Amino acid sequence: MAINETQRPDIDRIPVSLTVNGRTVTDNVPPELTLLDFLRDWLGLKGAKRSCDLQVCGACTVLVNGRAVSSCTFLAFEARNAEVTTIEGLAQNGELHPLQQSFIDNAAFQCGFCTPGMILAAKSLLDQNHHPNEEEIRAYMKGNICRCTGYKKIVEAIVAAANGD
Amino acid sequence: MLRPFKLHEPTSVDDAVSLLGRFGEEAKVYCGGTELLLAMKEGLLRYNHLVNIKTIPGLDEVGYDQGSGMLSIGATVTHTALEHSPQIQSHFPMIAEAEGNVANVRVRNVGTIGGNLCFSEPHSDPGAFLLLFDTQVEIQGPGGQRTIPLAELTLGPFETCLEDDEVLTRILVPQFPQGMTGAYLKFGYHARPTLGVGVSVRVEPTTSDGEHIERAVVTEVRVAVGSAGPKAVRVAEAEQLLMGKTVAELLPGSNGGESSNMNEASRLAGRAADAMDDIHGSGEYKEHMIGVFLKRAFAKAVNTRQPTVQSPLS
Ligand SMILES: Cc1cc2nc3c(=O)[nH]c(=O)nc-3n(C[C@H](O)[C@H](O)[C@H](O)COP(=O)(O)OP(=O)(O)OC[C@H]3O[C@@H](n4cnc5c(N)ncnc54)[C@H](O)[C@@H]3O)c2cc1C
Ligand code: FES
Ligand code: FES
Repeated sequence: MAINETQRPDIDRIPVSLTVNGRTVTDNVPPELTLLDFLRDWLGLKGAKRSCDLQVCGACTVLVNGRAVSSCTFLAFEARNAEVTTIEGLAQNGELHPLQQSFIDNAAFQCGFCTPGMILAAKSLLDQNHHPNEEEIRAYMKGNICRCTGYKKIVEAIVAAANGD
Repeated sequence: MLRPFKLHEPTSVDDAVSLLGRFGEEAKVYCGGTELLLAMKEGLLRYNHLVNIKTIPGLDEVGYDQGSGMLSIGATVTHTALEHSPQIQSHFPMIAEAEGNVANVRVRNVGTIGGNLCFSEPHSDPGAFLLLFDTQVEIQGPGGQRTIPLAELTLGPFETCLEDDEVLTRILVPQFPQGMTGAYLKFGYHARPTLGVGVSVRVEPTTSDGEHIERAVVTEVRVAVGSAGPKAVRVAEAEQLLMGKTVAELLPGSNGGESSNMNEASRLAGRAADAMDDIHGSGEYKEHMIGVFLKRAFAKAVNTRQPTVQSPLS
């Protein structure tokens, strides 16, 4: 829940307009509201997860103008005028994004808690570097922690998605 | 959870300074927030007013003056912007590489160079590698502007010489002297570095193809260590031991030898770091590892220009 949401005088709120997965959202947010709480509690988008709350694990990763951020420690108002992408926004017309399909095909998750963040981080990598090598993938993804898979299959899934197989 | 606060968004440094003066201890500069928001979430710091300096035009600019060789970095420039800046990539490749290894990509996308230096968290990479240059920082307060050496900004862990109503506006990094190259290496298992060692070196004579570099003599060398102790430092005693020696004397590794000067420099660098026991390891362990990394960083700095000498440790 947003803190003191009801008691706060409106004057302290910040008007924001942004797109979330292509949909325009206009609202007044308190400055201390995190993007993660805004997405999960205000917009009902539960794909981004809270785990460490310290910018270490990456479970809360979302894209702001294509850049990966830790939404747990990123204030919602900072997304004003920006395009926010969450895992809910990747599938188009019922068709999974190639990275989502590749994570399934390559068994790149078990419990799945890290997966939304993994896929979004991988998307931001592939959007700037279409064919990263394994070393580049591991360096870029090192800030996203998975407790289940041992990473090998995640790297394989990203390579496969980059190669279009 | 973050307690409510009021956000201020000045459009000039003067306005930021007067807001900070008006609210005193209740206010704090907010930049990327990657450090400040963590401390506020934990309840370690409490502020009723945050002053967002990212709304001040110009502070997010990087400029390089070819004539003077001076790099000017605005305080709100992110680590990602530094990593990808074409000017930094071509004129300060060591900085571009080191910035690409700060934290993780999400912190780099949001965290700024100014926030890194002003928070003065001991586990900082720029705090160490910027000491290889005679880096200065520009600070603006109610009485105007002052420029001080970076080494004087940091007093200790989480402590700088900034007054409550002062804002760090710019970081000024002069180019290395002609012929000098540098390398910065870090090490650690946690999100933040356990230790970082930077070396910059100039050897003479220089050969364009790197041949006979083993016979070249070190004519200038700088050593900086950070992250392991309370603050990053230059290690003049270690620098003196490396001066005037040939590359072969200092890196005899390819012949299976040891260099007493390099070993002593490593020991002094480890000692100078004033390494502390913490979750990253014991002080003794870090002290030893700084010595190991000094050798590697020296070899890398020498090889950056003349890629023919084998590092004894690679
Ligand atoms: C998980 C994690 C890993 C990290 N790993 C590394 C690492 O490997 N290497 C490394 O070097 N760092 C690392 N960091 C630190 C990171 O570099 C810093 O968090 C970031 O650069 C701080 O910048 P910011 O803009 O977010 O600062 P903020 O959080 O906005 O500010 C930090 C402090 O500085 C003050 N401040 C900010 N800007 C100014 C200014 N211009 N003038 C005066 N005061 C100012 C603020 O008031 C605040 O007290 C890591 C951080 C995290 C969370
Ligand atoms: S919950 Fe945000 S990085 Fe772990
Ligand atoms: S699949 Fe369980 S944490 Fe990654």
